[in-house]
Amino acid sequence: MKTDLPFEPVARPEGVRHVTISFDGRDYDLPEGANLAAALLSLGERRFRATPVSGAPRGPFCMMGACFDCLVDIDGVTCQACMTEIREGMVILPARGRGQRP
Amino acid sequence: MTRCDLAIIGAGPAGLAAAAEAAGLGLSVVLLDEQPRPGGQIYRDVDRAGRLRGRILGADYLHGASLTGAVRAPGVTHIEQAKVWNLTVEGEVTYTRGEETAQISAKRLLLATGALERPMPLPGWTLPGVMTAGAGQILLKQSGLVARRAVLVGSGPLLYLVAVQMVRAGAPPLALVETPGGLGRALGALPQALRGWRTLMKGTGLLRELRRAGVRRYRRARDITIEGEGAATGLRFSAGGAQFIACDTVLLHHGVVPNVQISRALRLDHRWEAGQACFAPVLDAWGRSSAEAVFIAGDGAGIAGAKAAEYAGRVSAAEIARDLGRITQDERDRRSAGSRRALDAERAVRPFLDLAFPPAAEALAPADDTIVCRCEEVTGGDVRKTIRQGCLGPNQMKAFNRAGMGPCQGRYCGLTVTQILSQATGADPEATGYYRLRPPIKPVTLSEVAQLSEHQNPGADSKESRS
Repeated sequence: MKTDLPFEPVARPEGVRHVTISFDGRDYDLPEGANLAAALLSLGERRFRATPVSGAPRGPFCMMGACFDCLVDIDGVTCQACMTEIREGMVILPARGRGQRP
Repeated sequence: MTRCDLAIIGAGPAGLAAAAEAAGLGLSVVLLDEQPRPGGQIYRDVDRAGRLRGRILGADYLHGASLTGAVRAPGVTHIEQAKVWNLTVEGEVTYTRGEETAQISAKRLLLATGALERPMPLPGWTLPGVMTAGAGQILLKQSGLVARRAVLVGSGPLLYLVAVQMVRAGAPPLALVETPGGLGRALGALPQALRGWRTLMKGTGLLRELRRAGVRRYRRARDITIEGEGAATGLRFSAGGAQFIACDTVLLHHGVVPNVQISRALRLDHRWEAGQACFAPVLDAWGRSSAEAVFIAGDGAGIAGAKAAEYAGRVSAAEIARDLGRITQDERDRRSAGSRRALDAERAVRPFLDLAFPPAAEALAPADDTIVCRCEEVTGGDVRKTIRQGCLGPNQMKAFNRAGMGPCQGRYCGLTVTQILSQATGADPEATGYYRLRPPIKPVTLSEVAQLSEHQNPGADSKESRS
């Protein structure tokens, strides 16, 4: 399947149950148990958060839980997207940065 | 609190091999790992991905499946998705799994937390779309995703491997942009490296595969800048003239370095490894650290690769079994002789690789406007200005400008800050030192910490609710 998205899938399992989550107000059907950061990247999402210092956009950098650049807010708790598996009904927001505090 | 003979942190090659060996020698082993499935980063998700994508990832990756059985071995308790956030040199381990915090008391600890990518601060490296080459590989291994319009930038054999895997996945990188290497200087180390001839053969095989696939290689690239507004859109550099490549993804790599977060937090002795331009813990021949009950095996002990990690894990496990009185010294020596020979052969090739693929000079001395500390957005210029104001060391630096104070706790700026300090003051990196790291080594919520007082003072909660 060729698309214009930055990432394309190769040799992935078939028949995995899909569940609905929302990211930044957009609803997506994604494979249950899949890596959240990878799944969002596969949809073309690149900006996972804004930094607290300057508000600059950031996305996944290390994919192994070390850099903390893929921080998102899941049901009210700040999490590393690259260390999170997708569960039904997750409500995910980009981690808030400078000027975005409520 | 759970008690055991040996707690191992990290289920990569070193941790898995050590767990199997130690349990085989009669030790009770708890193997803690942050990922849901064993393999570490090098064999990430090998049991699932190997079946689906083995052809793309190759035989070296599939070898990992021979190790993962350790998690089901009798005597081994595998605690997956465990966020280990505090340890003591006496062998106490505190971790959170889900929302539950728990503690383990082990007679011996083995740290097998592997490597991190060497920080590569280049202009634009914080833009979305810029990742480590290791991250690109993890996406392919675990999630079956390959970047479509990607450029690989830097130095080292991993770049060739990732490029080849992308070719096999049907999405060859747009280009391989290599920073200046040291093949000439490395030739002196070649005779010794021939003990690891298999590794060298693999390297030349990868390069052949890239040539056949027509992947464009730029050598001796300098003045590298990642461009983009809000996300990476291109790479500018000079290599035989000014170059620009439009792309969506930039994968950076110039070597890996030991992950010293735990060994530093435990205040173990470290030394500067000039050949690998990084700090490594000081260990004896069995992987024992400056704290008697704490051992370290694998890349966290000094970079030597996945096979070496496996052998080192077995060597440490044999000594731990002797230490705890399960086997005699003779049995230990007999049992570990094969692994030690194989370990020495793996290590023999390293000096050649370290010389042939040095870190990118411009990332070791980042420009004044390049971000050095990603978390706190501290630039090279900020660090130098702080030095001019009289800052002498990495820990003062934290207080002056917050470098290293963000959630990554210095993982991606610590070496850079030490090196800029060392360049400016003339003191060598060893004397310059490194950040003092303190627990929790991963961020925890207050409720995750508060559970500890409930464990230690049962009933404290109810008393409080009565008052």
